[in-house]
Amino acid sequence: MKHSFLDQYSDRDSPIHRLDPRTKLVASLAFILIVVLIPIVNWQAFVIYLSLIVALLIISKLPPLYVLKRSLVIFPFVLMIAIFIPFFKSGEIAGSYNIWLWRVSISYDGLLILANVVSKAWLCILSLILLSSTTKFTELLKGLKRLGMPRMIVLILSFMYRYIFVLVDEVMRMRQARDSRNFGGARLRQLKTIGNMIGTLFIRSYERGERIYAAMLARGFDGEVRSLQRLNFKKADACFGIAFGLALASPAILLLF
Amino acid sequence: MDKAVEIEDLSFFYPDGRKALTDISLVVYRDENLAVIGPNGAGKSTLLLHLNGIHRGNSTIKIFGLPVEERNLKEIRRKVGLVFQDPEDQLFSPTVFDDVAFGPINMGYSEVEVKRRVAQALEWVGMSGYEQRSPHHLSVGEKKRVAIATVLALNPELLVLDEPTSNLDPRSKWSLIELLRQLPVTKIVASHDLELVKALCQRTIILDEGEIVAEGNTMSILNNIPLLRAHGLAP
Repeated sequence: MKHSFLDQYSDRDSPIHRLDPRTKLVASLAFILIVVLIPIVNWQAFVIYLSLIVALLIISKLPPLYVLKRSLVIFPFVLMIAIFIPFFKSGEIAGSYNIWLWRVSISYDGLLILANVVSKAWLCILSLILLSSTTKFTELLKGLKRLGMPRMIVLILSFMYRYIFVLVDEVMRMRQARDSRNFGGARLRQLKTIGNMIGTLFIRSYERGERIYAAMLARGFDGEVRSLQRLNFKKADACFGIAFGLALASPAILLLF
Repeated sequence: MDKAVEIEDLSFFYPDGRKALTDISLVVYRDENLAVIGPNGAGKSTLLLHLNGIHRGNSTIKIFGLPVEERNLKEIRRKVGLVFQDPEDQLFSPTVFDDVAFGPINMGYSEVEVKRRVAQALEWVGMSGYEQRSPHHLSVGEKKRVAIATVLALNPELLVLDEPTSNLDPRSKWSLIELLRQLPVTKIVASHDLELVKALCQRTIILDEGEIVAEGNTMSILNNIPLLRAHGLAP
């Protein structure tokens, strides 16, 4: 079966695509840290950061609609956590409503926190989309390894990337087989079937893991993870790093005046 | 003649105590193509896994005169190229290049040498230009070819293939058989695809319930219909 890529658009070409994965990893991490740490009252900073990320998205020639759609994925999670804050945070009341027996009121402070969480989450996800859509997953793994990420974690991520679609295929085949045999009936029975499917999937994955390990042994694997290193910093990386650092610092500089 | 494989009275039990192989004795000569045929669950794959020491039974197996022991494992795994039945298990790296380079890198070759071997192996199987592709975006036939390239990159002297033609359409199957015929190494092929066996191997053994029940010239075995029928290989 054909699946889309985890790292869609990463095989295109733009100045951002050509940067060293390590440059992009460090830049993304710094961006996220700073966005999370800056208080929401400095809203000017967020405007600057948003324009920074939008500018980079334009330079990287990613389709805007694709980026927007992907970035919306984060909202259900954020809203699930943050939607109740305006109701519980005490402070100046923005509005209150009578709903049957309860009196519900919303505070300004709560709304501010909600806006804070949502806008920060959105900025962070945008930067991650930029990273993952301009860097091939394999390059990203190499970058992580060179930045000192433990080998075992890099290995696990690389197996995940390789086998996630094999597993998805397996689930789809199991579902087709199940539906071809008139899946339905009582809720409880359905749940039991799904439970059995998950168990089967686990056992199959476990057995596949054993076969893969045998295939690795057959080609001389001895527990040591080796690879050729094919990364190099270019002048463009240094320029990008400096420019990006300055852009991140610009709100602080502006505040001084 | 030079002996490529020498097995004497090999027996093997699965972890749950079931007997998988019983008193297997077998000699394979250099530059010979041997077929191991037999019904499902006969122990074909289990036998193949003994050839490079992934399974170890009770007796000593010699590969090109070298006993399969802990201290010889690295050398034996370089000499014996084992191609697994499901290329999805054999190809575990994010790109084709990484997969074909896995063996050579483990053998400690230099970067130049690794790249040379990868290019050479992919050329042999007709997959040059696929280096940066991800294995899960290849067709089954392409995956099989890359899987063979992953072991050819080690320049094996013995190529062991488990069901090389399973899941292939006739065209991919025959082009794979043609490829295998052209590789100048000793080959052991486990299969129940009798067309493949006829086209590739001079000698055949039949394995059933973990025992060698027949051995001989491929044509004489394949023409012995009652024998094939008795072991689930003919209708």
